[in-house]
Amino acid sequence: MTTPLLEVRGLEMHFPVKEGLLLRSRIFNRAVDGVSLQIKPGETLGLVGESGCGKSTLGRCIARLYQPTAGSIVFNGRDITRLKPRELRPLRQDIQMVFQDPMESLNARHTVGDILEEPFIVQRLHSPAERRQRVAELLNIVGLPARSASRYPFEFSGGQRQRIGIARAIALNPKLIICDEPVSALDVSIQSQILNLLIELQQEFGLSYLFIAHDLAVVKHVSDRVAVMYLGKIIETADSDTIYRAARHPYTKSLIEAIPVPDPHRKISRQVLSGDVPSPINPPHGCAFHPRCPEAQDQCRQKAPTLQALSEGHWGSCHLIYPPV
Amino acid sequence: MALLEVAQLATEFATDEGVVRAVDDVSFDVEAGATVGIVGESGCGKSVTALSIMRLLPQPAGRIAGGSIRFQDHDLTTLSLPEMGQIRGRKIGMVFQEPMTALNPVHTIGRQLTEGMLLHKACGPRDVLRAAANLLDRVGIPSPDIRLGEYPHQLSGGMRQRVVIAMALSCRPDLLIADEPTTALDVTIQAQILELIKDLQAEMGMAVVMITHDLGVIAETCDQVVVMYAGKVAECGSVFDIFDRPAHPYTRGLLDSIPRLDTIPKSRLGVIEGMVPGLLDLPAGCRFENRCPFVVPACGEQAPSLAQIEGQHSVACSRWQQL
Repeated sequence: MTTPLLEVRGLEMHFPVKEGLLLRSRIFNRAVDGVSLQIKPGETLGLVGESGCGKSTLGRCIARLYQPTAGSIVFNGRDITRLKPRELRPLRQDIQMVFQDPMESLNARHTVGDILEEPFIVQRLHSPAERRQRVAELLNIVGLPARSASRYPFEFSGGQRQRIGIARAIALNPKLIICDEPVSALDVSIQSQILNLLIELQQEFGLSYLFIAHDLAVVKHVSDRVAVMYLGKIIETADSDTIYRAARHPYTKSLIEAIPVPDPHRKISRQVLSGDVPSPINPPHGCAFHPRCPEAQDQCRQKAPTLQALSEGHWGSCHLIYPPV
Repeated sequence: MALLEVAQLATEFATDEGVVRAVDDVSFDVEAGATVGIVGESGCGKSVTALSIMRLLPQPAGRIAGGSIRFQDHDLTTLSLPEMGQIRGRKIGMVFQEPMTALNPVHTIGRQLTEGMLLHKACGPRDVLRAAANLLDRVGIPSPDIRLGEYPHQLSGGMRQRVVIAMALSCRPDLLIADEPTTALDVTIQAQILELIKDLQAEMGMAVVMITHDLGVIAETCDQVVVMYAGKVAECGSVFDIFDRPAHPYTRGLLDSIPRLDTIPKSRLGVIEGMVPGLLDLPAGCRFENRCPFVVPACGEQAPSLAQIEGQHSVACSRWQQL
């Protein structure tokens, strides 16, 4: 068995909710509430869930943009959970992020050349001439003309800007890239260009991805394994084929059923999930999914389920799907 | 005669760099009770088409430069504003993409919901609150009486979109225009909203124009489909024509580029190379020419017009017979 590149155990990120006259925090937003996962070298772990399920927060904790409140993150054999800002800088070479909105994540006042050179300057790598050489290489890798270096982000389309964001992320030859909804803001014909690029880069450079998105079809396409999140917890995880063909958790099943299928012959009658995602500030007792679950029973209201192995590599967190003891 | 007949519609915007024709020679019909989808990518003119029908183009920049929009016995392009006010909201309802911007944050749900009903006298002032509560109940909002006194920020995104739908339906319109009604919502909420629109349509017998970039939504909800590209209709036909027998290279490219749940993971997706041309420097010939894998020199010379393939299936491509 290969050793994982990333190992997350019992990760929690509880944001204090300030309220009252003295802004004291008595309650917490449990955005990420006990998540464990692994990513192997060269592997893509897809993370899906609806807005507010904590998937972006989890990604940001792993990139150590947030300081998690509990749990551990071990990257390449080293515990990075409590690294200080100064100690984090070398880590940034190995873990990079691609964000959803390339317009907001690229500095509008810098040229593309400046943006792509900055990682090298921060890490004190290369001479100025070498840096410009690297920028030209990066632009070539992501399929942009070399003259783009002297232009500004607004001069590019959404898809091209996302290519710039990807070029910046791969500049320092990272081992892990956290892609937070990298194609959600793009049109379908552009979306497939970016997905192909991400897959090619992975094959060429042996990258690992944590691929965060709300679109299960997209996630399934790029991922080796998929984890489904609901209200701060992973409720099912399996390899991407299994999650689509043999999902067990009622939430995963309804998530798959809810996807509109681009085939007019399949006029399916689906079980539409009622209600909204509850607030992570005051999650329901027992299983967090029980108020919306079509199969909820008494035990679901009383006892929170834990993630248990259903079969080889397939884990689920639901009282109704555990194998008999 | 169809309920709505859009013919050779052209809509222009005055910009600093010159006049931009965002919708150019767009024609389609909507039969009573039917659902017509308009699909295309950002900037293809699908929302501008909707705003033209509603006569809600941003003023003074936007104007309808040509063509006609026949709805029942009126040509909407020539109606005066007061006459249009009688149709808008009463005969044609509209659902916008962003439920937060479509609702006024400083008015209660009740006030916004009853405004149209009172204006169009769909309901007397005494019964209007009860009618509004019934509507909220109908669109699946729990405890509607309490919600009527609440403000938009107190509702979730899905609930807000239900309110917007309730507003659009408050006067029982004959036509509902839904502009990306579920794009801002999560998939499970999207499924709820699409189901709701379908149920209400069956119940009230209204026609729906569904504007979206999501081919899945189109396949699930529509009878007829109009595929738009750079301001023009690229292809139109029944939903089966479009998905089973796509004739335009753009439609084919779109269908190939979406990852489906049954495609092989990490396989290469189809792509449409390049980008949509800017509306200020459109090519003289076919607008898809710079991205088309089947392009021949003749494509750059003359813009193809919509040619009938069979029945209602038409395509704007000069090479469709050879492809």
